[in-house]
Amino acid sequence: MSGLSDQARAKINEYLPRYPSKQAVTLPALHIVQEETRCVSHAAVEQIAKILDLSPAQVHDTASFYGFFRSEDRPLGRQRVWVCRSLPCMLRGGEELLAALAQRWNILPGQTTSDGQITLEVAECLGACDGAPCILINDELSLHVDAETIDQRLEERP
Amino acid sequence: MTTPFEPVLLKRLGKPDSVTLASYRRDGGYQALAKALAMPRTRVIDIVRESGLRGRGGAGFPCGVKWGFLPEDHSGPIYLCVNGDESEPGTFNNRILLEEDPHQVLEGIIIGSYATRAQVAYLYLRYEYGRSYRVLESAIAELYDAGLLGKNILGSEYSLDIYLHRGAGAYICGEETGLIESLEGKRAWPRIKPPFPAVEGAFRKPTVINNVETLACVTHILARGADWFKTMGVPKDPANPRDLGSYGPKLYCVSGHVEKPGLFELPLGITARELIDHHAGGVWKGRQAKAVVPGGISMGFLSASELDTPLDFAGPGRVGCLGLGTAALIVIDDQTSMVDVLYNTCRFFAHESCGQCTPCREGTAWSTKILERIRAGHGQLRDLDLLMEIAQSMGTIPGTTICGLADGAAWPMKNALTKFRADFEDHIQSGKKSSTRTLVGAH
Repeated sequence: MSGLSDQARAKINEYLPRYPSKQAVTLPALHIVQEETRCVSHAAVEQIAKILDLSPAQVHDTASFYGFFRSEDRPLGRQRVWVCRSLPCMLRGGEELLAALAQRWNILPGQTTSDGQITLEVAECLGACDGAPCILINDELSLHVDAETIDQRLEERP
Repeated sequence: MTTPFEPVLLKRLGKPDSVTLASYRRDGGYQALAKALAMPRTRVIDIVRESGLRGRGGAGFPCGVKWGFLPEDHSGPIYLCVNGDESEPGTFNNRILLEEDPHQVLEGIIIGSYATRAQVAYLYLRYEYGRSYRVLESAIAELYDAGLLGKNILGSEYSLDIYLHRGAGAYICGEETGLIESLEGKRAWPRIKPPFPAVEGAFRKPTVINNVETLACVTHILARGADWFKTMGVPKDPANPRDLGSYGPKLYCVSGHVEKPGLFELPLGITARELIDHHAGGVWKGRQAKAVVPGGISMGFLSASELDTPLDFAGPGRVGCLGLGTAALIVIDDQTSMVDVLYNTCRFFAHESCGQCTPCREGTAWSTKILERIRAGHGQLRDLDLLMEIAQSMGTIPGTTICGLADGAAWPMKNALTKFRADFEDHIQSGKKSSTRTLVGAH
C-alpha cells in the first residue's frame, strides 16, 4: 500500500505550529490518514515518522496503544459501527443489540462485511447513556437504537 | 418551602441557535470574560478560590487552589488542558454542554487561561464526540473572527489560542497525566507524581488540567460572584476542619433502569432518591431499585437502604463508596443480578487498564475471568474471597499502582461483595448460569 497522499501530508503539516513538539502531531496525523484510507498502512507510519522526526517504532507504539487504528491487512468498512456494552447500555439491551447486529451482518465484533460496507465494533461507554442502548457510526452517536431500525440509522449517517 | 432551582449551566439548552456566538452574546455571553480581563489575573484566582468551586471531573479538587499551585516565577509557557475525555460509564454531561452551549465552556477556558497565564489551551476531546468536535470547531472560528481569541483579546494585552485535540477511544486519557502523555503523541501511560502537572506537565511545562463542567462553572462565578455560587449546595461541615464543602450547581446524569433517563441540574447535595423519583420518573416498570451507582461505575454502589445519601462530595464516601465521582447515577432494578453487573464493570476495567502497573493489568483481567467462571455456573464460594483479595491489593490506596484506575476497578468489587454478597452466594450455590447474552470473541 502506498503512503501519504499530498492532501494528507498538507493537513499534517498544518498541525505542526499548534504544538511545541512535533511528536504531539502523532494522533492528529493518524486520524488524518485513517479517515482518508480506512487504515494506517506501514508505509504511512514510516512517512508520518519522517515528517515528525520520529522513529517509525514510536509512531507504531502510539498507534497500537489505542486499538483504534487499523493496519492495512484489516481496513475499516465504509461505516464503522460501535455498539456500547458498558453498564448503562447493558441494562437496557446493549448486549442483545450487539448480538443481533452480529447475526444480521454475519460478522463478529472487529470484522467487516464482505462488501466492505460495515465494520462492527464493541465500544465501552460512548457517553450517551441517556439514550441507551446507543451506537456510534463513524464519529456520530445514534441514541435509542434497536436492531429493527438499524438500516435507517445507517442511512442517517452516510 | 424552597423555591424551585433555576438552572445555571443548562439554562440555554433548547434555545434556537444556542450554539452560536450571536445567540450567546444576546444572553450576556462574554461579559464575564470582559470583567475578568479588567482585573489583575490573581484576583480571578481569588474569586474562584472564594467560591469553593471543586473540580467536576471526579476528584473534586478545589479549582482555585489548583491554579494557585503554578509557580509564580516561571518564565513560561504555561498550558491549560481541558479534559473533555469524558469516558466514565454513566457520564454524559460534558457532551451535552459542548453540543448545546459550547460558548459558556469556551468563555470559562479563556478566563481560566488568563488567570493561569496560559497562552495556549488544548481541549482534549474524546473521539466519540464527533458532533461536539464540529460544534467547537465553528464556535472557536467565530471567536477568532470576533477578536475573542488570538492576539489582544477584547483589546487587552492578553492573547490566547485554543486548539482541539481528538483522542482515540481510551478511558485512561481522562487521567490527567495520561491525557498529557496522549497529547504529547505517546501511549497514554499515566506519570508518577510528583512532579505534579502544575510544576511539570504538558511538554514539561507547568500545566493546569480542568474538566469541561468545571470551566463552565468558572464563567458563571465570574459573572455572578463567589457569594452567589455559595448560595447553592452544602456548606462546609463546621465540625470537620478538613471538609471543603460542596458548593454550586451540579449536572447529575441519570441512566439505567429509570423511566426518564437524562441530565438534571440541581444544587449539590440532592439525594439519589429525590433524583430518581422526582426527576428521572422513578424506577422503570414499577420496580424497586436494588443498587445505584452514585458517580460513574468506579465509585461503587449504594444499596437500596442508602438512597437518602446526599450526593455531595462527602456523602457517598460515608456509606462506603469511593466518592461522588462524576455524579453519574446508574440505577439497577431488583430483577438484575449483581453478578452480571459486577462482571460488566470488571470487564470494562480489564479492557481499559493501560497495562503499565502489574496489579491493575493482572487484577482487572483475573477478576473478569473469575466472574466469567461464576457466570458460567462453575463458581466456588472461595472465589469471592479471591475477588476481595484482588480488590484490596490494587490501586493507589494500597499503594500498588501509579494512577487511580485500579481503585475505580476495585471499588465496585468491594461494594458488590459486601453489600450484595447474597446475590453472589445464591448464584454460586444454585449452580445457575447467567442469562445475559455476551458474544464470544467480543473482547
